Amino acid sequence: MSDTMFTRRGFLTRSAILGCSAAASPLLTPVSLASAPWDNRLVVIILRGAMDGLDVVQPYGDPGLAGLRRTLALRPDAGALDLDGYFALHPALAPLYPLWQANDLGFVHAVSTPYRDKRSHFDGQDLLEAGTVTLGPASGRDGWLNRLLQTQPGMSAETAYAIGHDNMLLLSGDVPVANWSPDVALKLSPQGARLAELVMHDDPLFRDAFAEAQMLSGSMQAMAAEEMAATGDMQGMAGMSAPAQGQAKGKPKGIKLIAEFTAKRLRADTRIASFSIGGWDTHNGQERTLPRALDQLAQAILTLKAELGPHWKKTAVLAMTEFGRTVRENGTKGTDHGTGGAMLLAGGAVRGGRVYGQWPGLAEADLYQRRDLMPTGDVRAYAGWAMRGLFGLDRAVVEQAVFPGLDMGSDPKLLR
Amino acid sequence: MTFDPILAEKRFGYGLSPRVAPPETVADMLLRLRGPDTIAARFPVEPFSVFRARMLEGARLRKELKKLRGTEAGEAVRKDYQLLKKAAREEHRRWLALSLIRRAWTGDGFRERLAAFWADHFTAQGKAGLLKRATSPYIEDAIRPHLSGRFADLLYAVTTSPLMLHYLDQGNSMGPDSPKAQRVGARAGLNENLARELLELHTLGVGGPYTQTDVRQLAELLTGLAYNAKQGMKFRKEFAEPGAETVLGKSYGGGKPGLHDIRAVLEDLAAHPATAAHIARKLAVHFVSDTPDPDLVRTLSERYRDTGGDLAQVYEALLTHPAAWRPELTNIKLPDEFIASAMRALAIDPQVFTGIADGRKHEKLVARLFLRPLRLMGQPWQMPLGPDGWAEEDTTWLTPQGLTARIDWALSAPAKMRKPLPDPRTFVTEALGRDAPEAVRFAAKAAENRREGIALILTSPAFQRK
Repeated sequence: MSDTMFTRRGFLTRSAILGCSAAASPLLTPVSLASAPWDNRLVVIILRGAMDGLDVVQPYGDPGLAGLRRTLALRPDAGALDLDGYFALHPALAPLYPLWQANDLGFVHAVSTPYRDKRSHFDGQDLLEAGTVTLGPASGRDGWLNRLLQTQPGMSAETAYAIGHDNMLLLSGDVPVANWSPDVALKLSPQGARLAELVMHDDPLFRDAFAEAQMLSGSMQAMAAEEMAATGDMQGMAGMSAPAQGQAKGKPKGIKLIAEFTAKRLRADTRIASFSIGGWDTHNGQERTLPRALDQLAQAILTLKAELGPHWKKTAVLAMTEFGRTVRENGTKGTDHGTGGAMLLAGGAVRGGRVYGQWPGLAEADLYQRRDLMPTGDVRAYAGWAMRGLFGLDRAVVEQAVFPGLDMGSDPKLLR
Repeated sequence: MTFDPILAEKRFGYGLSPRVAPPETVADMLLRLRGPDTIAARFPVEPFSVFRARMLEGARLRKELKKLRGTEAGEAVRKDYQLLKKAAREEHRRWLALSLIRRAWTGDGFRERLAAFWADHFTAQGKAGLLKRATSPYIEDAIRPHLSGRFADLLYAVTTSPLMLHYLDQGNSMGPDSPKAQRVGARAGLNENLARELLELHTLGVGGPYTQTDVRQLAELLTGLAYNAKQGMKFRKEFAEPGAETVLGKSYGGGKPGLHDIRAVLEDLAAHPATAAHIARKLAVHFVSDTPDPDLVRTLSERYRDTGGDLAQVYEALLTHPAAWRPELTNIKLPDEFIASAMRALAIDPQVFTGIADGRKHEKLVARLFLRPLRLMGQPWQMPLGPDGWAEEDTTWLTPQGLTARIDWALSAPAKMRKPLPDPRTFVTEALGRDAPEAVRFAAKAAENRREGIALILTSPAFQRK
């Protein structure tokens, strides 16, 4: 662990003490860390389990679809929502349709990471988050969002946030990022906290995690106090930002809680945030299982939009998955692990209302290994263009540092 | 760097107990492991063979419900079905508590660790209905009896177990040219899930020498493997793909399809050197370090190959290797290990759980003490995200929120299970041994109350590492 890291930890510990005392008094402004380097926001949602892009964004205009998807292809006349005369949206994403109409929602189709052939979730997700062409040894591996941070001077501890219980490789690496799940809070007494620091002092992993926990727990409480002060009554405590009010009625749960916490960080100093949504591995009864996962995704995006308020205009949300699924339905009314899939774009910063990408077709000869949607684009290129647009990165930085060896190709102009 | 009884409990068991003596030698550890499963007999968990009766009853009720839907009698049947599901859920909570109690009171901690290790290696979960409760029964039947036998036997038991077949979608997988597929026509299909995980996770490992073609061929070979509650595990010939399949260059089947072909391919996969290397590495990482000594991994792999995958022999190689006895504690306990070892150090009376007759009351307690905390610590009970089970990397678990959740559990749960709490000044030695770090001893003494004193000991790195 480097010296600068150690210094930052010291800083965090001091902030934590400040944060706690601020929380005790709702009149004090809660602690704010260093100011953010950018004004735009990026949220990356990892869809774990391999989302079936063909079902979510259905190419009903392709004559091959109906034959391959006997129970799954819905077409606009059977409930799917027409997007552009060729593609239709799965009905479970109907809550997002107004965003599509407002050009705040778009998709990229027939994309993938460079991962091929073994179709393992775990390797696929690791590769998606590592952003590399192949997987090296697990030790020392970092994620592409962390490498983005590494190229920028002056990152504060709060610039990037991993949210939820997953430890995301996407944000892991040499640059420290904040990491928190909004449903926990440290309940030690001040004396207990000091003793815990002592007990953990000689073990760097414990010491750092504890320092960060103190800082985050403190800032959560400060946030709750701030809200209470702003609204002037206990109603304000009903949000997720109130660990002390765990029993409050109407407290959001699960994905809404995570999205709400994310939006609150983005309204403050955070500019990059990431979390994941599972439940996409629809080998069986996809008609029943996929809508559950889509509902989570829709809730996440709508909550982000509602909570970000005016900042939604400066936000791009990218939802990506490790790979697509087989073009044919399997014997259990589901789909198996495939290759090409779809990526979702949302936010006021994106140029939505269109399906990006180059459609490869579903004829047998057009498929990858005669079974999967042929990937015609690399998800990393689209993520790269989005980051270049949002944060003004040089193309060379994206192609060499963030995604080493990537050719971004021509600009798809994803952003407004 | 040789055997040490305290280290044996910490690294290969669930930590120290003030009431149960640690093993005395490596030979003693292996002897206990080869002996009868006494702790399972003392705290019995329902085996799958019994759980099956619940599934049968469920199937019967669902059938009846179909007939009577909309009638008053149908309403009564629906209620019965709800009660059946509720009873299974309450039992599931009891099995959770019993699993932890076994770990807390066993004199054979290594067996419990191995049961958890293999249950994770062969992760299986029910995805719907009653089967969501079946993981512990699966472990009782498919895993525990085979912990120290041949890996091939464990592999066969797991691969043909109802829960694994369900979890990895084997049940309806049919060969494209099988009699069943001919009959149902367009609706027929092969499902590759079990075949893929068998190669990637259970045997060769993801870096292993197999291709997509091997996955597909193995999936075709596995067709016919199926389970239903009425008939049990049964080979369904009409689902089986006719003809031979080639897996890793060797041809299987071609004659009358049946379980013997599946047995044969599993034997060969178990005997493969890539499997030896994969299992060796996993054991070393799990028990010793995220970055294990290469010589330890090599030794385990060689012993595996030399003995045809005799697991007791592989464990012996592990327990007699100097790298296994490095005194510094490295790996961080997984959340369920952390909770179990805290209960062991606190010598929690089994009666706290077994003494509650009311299922609902018991369930509430388990939810508060274990289910919710484990979720917050990042390890919802028996629900890893995928068939690769839980991550081993320490950094996965020691995140700020993971640590916070452990601290909060250590602050609140012990007092709910043991009254009064022990004096932290004596507990520090009971939990950590005579060489407890000075800082932890000081914290135990300086804490402002017993509750925080106990929590500081339990969340200290000395307790959380193994």
